[in-house]
Parts: sequence; structure tokens; C-alpha cells
Amino acid sequence: MFRRIGDKIVCYARRKSPWILHFDTGGCNGCAIETFAVLTPRYDIERFGGLSKANPRHSDILIISGAVTKKIESRLRRVYEQTPEPKAVIAVGSCAISKGVFHDAYNISGPLDRIMPVDVYVPGCPPKPEAILQGLLKALDVWRERYKI
Amino acid sequence: MRGESKEEKAKEKELERQTYSLPVGPQHPMYIEAENLNVYLDGETIVDVDVNVGYLHRGIEELMQRRNYLQNIFVAERICGICSGIHSMTYCQCVENLLGIDIPERAKYIRTLVLELERLHSHFLFLGVVGYEIGMDTVFMYVWKDREHVMDMLEQVSGNRVNYAMPTMGGVRRDIPNHIIPSMLEKLNHLEKRTEYYRKLFLRDRTIIARSRGVGILPKKDVERLSIVGPVARASGVRIDVRMDFPYLKYGDLDWKVIVEKGEDSQARVMVKVLEIFQSISILRQCLKKLPSLDREIKTKVPLAIPKTEAIAIMEAPRGELVYYAMSNGTDRPERMRIRTPSFVNIIYSLPIMLKEQQLADLPIIVASIDPCFSCTDRMTLIDTKSGERKTVDETYLKRLGERRSR
Repeated sequence: MFRRIGDKIVCYARRKSPWILHFDTGGCNGCAIETFAVLTPRYDIERFGGLSKANPRHSDILIISGAVTKKIESRLRRVYEQTPEPKAVIAVGSCAISKGVFHDAYNISGPLDRIMPVDVYVPGCPPKPEAILQGLLKALDVWRERYKI
Repeated sequence: MRGESKEEKAKEKELERQTYSLPVGPQHPMYIEAENLNVYLDGETIVDVDVNVGYLHRGIEELMQRRNYLQNIFVAERICGICSGIHSMTYCQCVENLLGIDIPERAKYIRTLVLELERLHSHFLFLGVVGYEIGMDTVFMYVWKDREHVMDMLEQVSGNRVNYAMPTMGGVRRDIPNHIIPSMLEKLNHLEKRTEYYRKLFLRDRTIIARSRGVGILPKKDVERLSIVGPVARASGVRIDVRMDFPYLKYGDLDWKVIVEKGEDSQARVMVKVLEIFQSISILRQCLKKLPSLDREIKTKVPLAIPKTEAIAIMEAPRGELVYYAMSNGTDRPERMRIRTPSFVNIIYSLPIMLKEQQLADLPIIVASIDPCFSCTDRMTLIDTKSGERKTVDETYLKRLGERRSR
């Protein structure tokens, strides 16, 4: 496919600045604080150009943690739909991957991959910030390959 | 909602004309967890606020009644990722009260140590979030950089950063070896120096004072009336701390004091936490000093099935009083578990009072100043998801709802 030079510049810029959105969908908060720690000086996501954004319309990569509760499910779908393409989804923690200890709780409708397509799984309860960073880099690879950027 | 009368709709419209409502959340830049505040505004001034929680409700109490006592330690730990230690330890204490057993001295010291480390990390987290909410990202980065030292200590002690899995019924699971004590003391010295810096910062910095002093006032009489607990109550001049009132573990033997501030505003709530960090560091030093001289025993044997009885355990979580109630029925599963968490009372009751007649821009700092943690807050409430936009629920409405239900 023929691509103009302008597209290439946009792709280059996009690759160097993946803005992330973190959304907690009913976990214990443990993954949320570890994801928050990724922003801080010791782990420093900005080394890879990442920036935490609160608006799904501004973000490229969704970091989602927690077993999905019934009340939040519709909101989660909306957050996913509002995120513009190209996008990637990272499931952080055991709860998002397989519902974890809450697998038979009555108010859980997860796991995450039943609700939206997930690109990268980061296991752990909770995963260490290093693991979340690695997951982010993996997601970037997936992203580049899929959208040829 | 269907079936509403004409007058009700008219009333709602009237309220809508006078004020307008701004939904904050569930997905919002203010805080990392999902909750929904429906804020009614008159211009920029907050008239009223509806707190709509329940997005993180997982049904833990019911879950705990289906698992055995040993499995429940891990469920209790995952109620909250910030207060994971206190939840599992209060649960273990509750089960030990059911059995009527005492744990070894060394286990008590190790539990106290882990709880205070957790308080340190939670308070540092809070200071960072306060900096973040008032737009001073530098403060957030500074504080969270120092918080990593506390996380290192927790990792040294337990091998984990968030869910420590330290307590078990009848003691603790891991011993603290003597050779890590010097490095922990070193880190505590560093943290004390940094906290002194933050104390001056939060007391004197002009921007922080302008944003937090006199903002979000919670009067002492309301604190007493609504039985608000923890640092929020202490910042309004109420001397309430389970560690001092009903000493558990080793708090009765250690030398420390309860921090009380009289400011009643957001700054007082921040200062209470800053000063509590010094107290925690002092408690940690005393624990570490005492540890090497104690007997090596860390665990007593406990039976898995517990005869029919009931027990309660109270501890002071970083955010206030935490109560566990358990009823056993002779098997290895509890008949009933009940958990009363501090954030629940603090968020639901205090927010509408604190936010009234404040500026909308101060909403994040006021909400952050009570250190909300929604993962332990969200209870099962009967909410019609279709009626999320309801403006007021008054007595007549509730009465009519009841009538309709009974028909």
C-alpha cells in the first residue's frame, strides 16, 4: 500500500509517545497502585514516551486491572469504544486474566477477555512494576505489527 | 424511572433549573479507582453531592462464608491492595479470638512491624496523591520516590510489595532474619530526614496552603455525630485511635503518641498523616531493636475446624478503625463474616458535609484529603441502574417506592 511521507511521520511520532489510560475495574487496588508506581521516578514510564492520561479519547494503550464487576462492565465497554484506533489493551494482574481469588464471587462478570480483545497479559498478584513496564513494551510491539507503524 | 408522578417530575425540573449537575466518574482523572460523584453546582459552587459507590463491589463477605478459614486469609488480603496487611491480620486476630489462643511474642512484634510499614507506605502514597491533586506533580514524584524505600523494606521482610501474606492463624509465616535489620534502620533514617522536609513543605509552601487551608471543613461535632474514624477524625480534634484505646499486638508496650490536629480542614488532615509517619518510624525502630533478643518461635498450632462461637477483632488501619466479626459453626468454614471498614464511614458520611459550598476546583483535594479507598467501601446496595440520573431521593419518593413494592 502506498503511504505518504506525512503518514510515516505520524507513525513515528505515535510510536514514540504511547499515552496510557489506566482503568480499575473492581480489583483490590493492588494492581492500580503498582501501575501508578510505574509513572514515578524509579520505574519512569516516560523513558518510553509514555504519559498517563485520564481521557480515553486521548489514549493509545489501555491498562486494565481487576476482575470486572457487573456494575462497571458497561462503563468499561464505553471506555474501550471511546479509545481511538490504533489501540492496544493490557490485562494487568490475575483478576483481569482469570478473575483470581474472586473466580466464584457473585458480582463478577469478567474475566476481561470475555468483554474486549486483550493483547498482552501481565500475570501476578499484583505484578511488579517492572513486569507492567515489560507488558507495556510488548503491547507496543503488538501495536506496531498490527497497524504497521 | 417509569411510574413517576407528575409533581415529582416537576420538582425535579425545578431543581434542575436552579442548579446543574456534573457527574464525576466512574472514569475520571481525579483518582485511580472508579466511583461516581454527582455534584450539583450553582455556578462554580457546590450545592450538594451524591456519592454513588458500588463499582468495585465483589461480594467478599459472601465469598468468605464459602471458603475455609485458611483460604480466607488470602481473600481478606485482597479486599484492599493498600491495606492488605491490616485486613489479613485483623482476620487472623478474629479467628484467634474465636479459638481463644495467644500467639508467640516474636509473631506479635513481626505483625506490629509489618502493620507499621504498611501505614508508612499508605501515608506516603497519600501525600503523593495530595500533591498530584493540587497539581504539584513534583511533590507526587518526590514522595513516591521515597515510598519505594518503604516498598523495598516490605519486600525485604515478606518477599512481596503489595500482598505480603505475612500472617497466618496462630502466628506469622516468615521470620525476620537479624542480618536485614541494619539496612532497614538505615532506610528509616533516610525516610525520617525526607519526612522532615515534607513536614516543612506541607506546613509552609504557599501554593499548598492556598489550596488546602480552610478547604473542606469537617466540624468536630459532625465527626462525633457521624462516628467518623481514623486520621480524618483526628484532624478534627477527636482523639480516637484503636492502637491507644484498645491496645492490640504490641502497641500497649511501645512508646508513641496519638497525633491530633485542630484544624478541621484539608491541611490538618495532611499534617496528621505527616506527623504519624514520624510515630510509625519510631515504632518501627523500637520493634527492630527488640527483635534480636526474642525467642525464635513464630507460630502456634491451630485446629482447622472451630466450635460454634462468635468473636470480634478491632484494629487501626491506616485509614481508621477496622472491625471484623466472625461466627463459627463447628466446621472449617465461617457461618458469618462481617467487615466494617473505615473508608466506608469516612467517604459516605463526610463527603457531603465537606463539599458543601466549596469551589468545584477544590473537589479533588477535598476528596483526596480523606484518603478514599473504594475497594473496601463498596457494599451491596439495591440500585436501579436505569435510574442513575435521579436528582433527589426524598422521603415521599421512598415511601411511594415502598408502597409500589408492597402492592
